[in-house]
Amino acid sequence: MELLERFAAGDLDAFEVLFRQHQKQVYAWIVRIVRDSGIAEDLTVETFWRIYRSRARFDPAGNFGAWAYRIATNAALDHLRKSRRETELPEDLAANPQPDPAVRRETRQRIHQAFSQLPAKYRLVATLALIEDEPYEKIADAAGIPASLVKVRVFRAVRMLRKQLTSMGMEIGARR
Amino acid sequence: MNQHNDKELRELLKQAIAPATNTELTRDLWPQMLKRLDQQQPFQVPWFDWALAALLSAALLLFPNVIPALLYHL
Repeated sequence: MELLERFAAGDLDAFEVLFRQHQKQVYAWIVRIVRDSGIAEDLTVETFWRIYRSRARFDPAGNFGAWAYRIATNAALDHLRKSRRETELPEDLAANPQPDPAVRRETRQRIHQAFSQLPAKYRLVATLALIEDEPYEKIADAAGIPASLVKVRVFRAVRMLRKQLTSMGMEIGARR
Repeated sequence: MNQHNDKELRELLKQAIAPATNTELTRDLWPQMLKRLDQQQPFQVPWFDWALAALLSAALLLFPNVIPALLYHL
């Protein structure tokens, strides 16, 4: 019996093989969304728990990796929904620990604040598309929505951000 | 004008929130996964409890007159 068939039949050894094959990719995807390594680890385990729980619904002829990405995205989205009012955007994974001198500290804080107030589904696509530069198609596959909807959500997220920043007294278009 | 502003906002966003680069998983999460799987096992009643419940039911069926006494003492 093939690995995926054994997994779908509930074989724990097959699940372990799949877990070890995919945990790094799943973690890397989640950490881009939630931007906190500890939370990303917990959500990776949560993702695989959901995968294991729904193994009977998995088609062994299907793409396990794509399925895992989708479940990981949903787990991350659930986390964003829960944590929206509790946390600011963590920065422990930022590529550049030194802020761009062109952007003042106050501006950065306002952008962070406005960004963390975006509704979860907009924050998800905005993080992946605008910050992580992931292609719309990949985001669409992972989120289980059409690429056109990803584009719309990114557009709306930018508009919401602009509105929020304007209400904070920050004029976009005026120089920093 | 709005398009220009949106473009500027996108650039500002990229400068303010840098992409994540440290996305490497530093440890194996399988032990955590196993713990999670163990925690989520359905609750199982030990065989001894089932045996005790069966014995008590049989006793109550055989000697129903003890039920009021039992209820009095409970």
